[in-house]
Amino acid sequence: MTIKVENIRIRYIVGDFRNKGITDYILKKLKGEQVSRAKEFWAVDGVSFELYKGDFLGIIGNNGAGKSTLLKAISGVMPPTQGSVTVNGNIAALLELGTGFDGDLTVRENTFLRGALMGYTREFMKETYDDIIAFAELEDFQDMSFMQLSSGMKARLGFSIACLVRPEILILDEVLSVGDGEFREKSEKRMAEIIADGAITLFVSHSLGQVRKLCNKVLWLEKGKQKAFGATAEVCDMYEQAMKKKKKGA
Amino acid sequence: MKNLIADRWQKYNFLFEQLVARDFKQRYKRTYLGIVWSLLSPLLHLAVMVLVFVNFFGRTIPHFVVYVFIGLKVFTFFKEATTRGMSSLVANRNILTKIKAPKYLFLLSKNVASLLNFGLMLIILFAFVLIDGVPIHPRFILIVYPIFTLLLFNIGVGLILSALYVFFKDIGHLYEIFAMLVMWLSAVFYDISNFSETVQRLALINPIFTHIHFMRSVILYGVVPEWYVFAICAAYAAAMLALGAFFYKRYNYKFLYYM
Repeated sequence: MTIKVENIRIRYIVGDFRNKGITDYILKKLKGEQVSRAKEFWAVDGVSFELYKGDFLGIIGNNGAGKSTLLKAISGVMPPTQGSVTVNGNIAALLELGTGFDGDLTVRENTFLRGALMGYTREFMKETYDDIIAFAELEDFQDMSFMQLSSGMKARLGFSIACLVRPEILILDEVLSVGDGEFREKSEKRMAEIIADGAITLFVSHSLGQVRKLCNKVLWLEKGKQKAFGATAEVCDMYEQAMKKKKKGA
Repeated sequence: MKNLIADRWQKYNFLFEQLVARDFKQRYKRTYLGIVWSLLSPLLHLAVMVLVFVNFFGRTIPHFVVYVFIGLKVFTFFKEATTRGMSSLVANRNILTKIKAPKYLFLLSKNVASLLNFGLMLIILFAFVLIDGVPIHPRFILIVYPIFTLLLFNIGVGLILSALYVFFKDIGHLYEIFAMLVMWLSAVFYDISNFSETVQRLALINPIFTHIHFMRSVILYGVVPEWYVFAICAAYAAAMLALGAFFYKRYNYKFLYYM
């Protein structure tokens, strides 16, 4: 099981002609005017690394450093604009679990839909549906429409469905645990099991403490660029020093 | 090819079923009366059309209600499937930026949901057929053909529109107007047999009219359409599907990068 990321770059397009529309576009073309080109920006700009069986990678960096986008490229949701990602092994990405549900559907319907999206089989969902609801502690809400749930409940449901995966390669966007109090503990425990079962884990975090505790390798991104990749202690120390300097400077 | 489809089906049939269920429910869940409204509103639409036009065309067109209903429903099937297909990718952005799933399934499910709606309307249509005393005929089974080709045609148009929709937000408004034009050109409530031979030939350029013509020939007149009507329907479906597939392949993931 390996992951090989080779010099990948991912480009977003912002404030584009989409806002102006096709009529405007055609009019400008007819008049021979320059069609205003969309602004581009590289969310991930030249990142390379390799991971092997047993690796636990922490990805650190400020907001907007391209961490989530990088995870999306590795999980295959967003193919990179340039460069290549090679993944050997089955992979599951748990990203922003509480979102992407359909407000009009009931909790039950959403659970099945999400399960199907996660790639679970019909039989598996039928068997585990009750367990999912029990784990999320939503027994009394099964036939309510999803938008009536509180945001905590939504996150709990998202987590409960997602935590049934048993991938070899696990991608996490700060979802080591959700909810509060008892559920927090429960979900943390479940996540630890999934991680223990898998071979490679990639994990975005804002908590250096967590990264130092869990990871053996760290990737540090800044504005899409790769600042450092290497052993945890080394990269974390570098990062901390850089942050201190920045604070002093400011 | 066959293996590939079987393989995909094996892998994704559960997801596809869930998506179709969602798209179908969305329509009926919005209001308290749900299903009643979605049956009532096409009937009211039909009533308005018939009341307005019965004095103009109703005298010369036998079984005018059935005649209009076929035209109206075929057109609605086309419009609904393509309009919903257009936004099917962008509307599911929230899901597609987080979970890896084949995007075309989201478009196909909208088309199947629209097909199911159309099926419901066919039941009403046959109620009208019975009430209006249109002779029932074993040839009715032939309508499966244009429904199938129209389904493929709709998928093709939806694929093209969904690609354009990523880049041009106002395509929705333009399409609305375009669809209205298509409706007026599709002889929904008038009869083109009064026009010259040339006009009647030209009308077949309009795929929606061709499909309406097919359905009417079979249901109202119990005749098997000319061979070229079969051929034209198939040609439209094949051409649109090919073009749609080309657009999809090229552009389907682009919207992920537009913020």
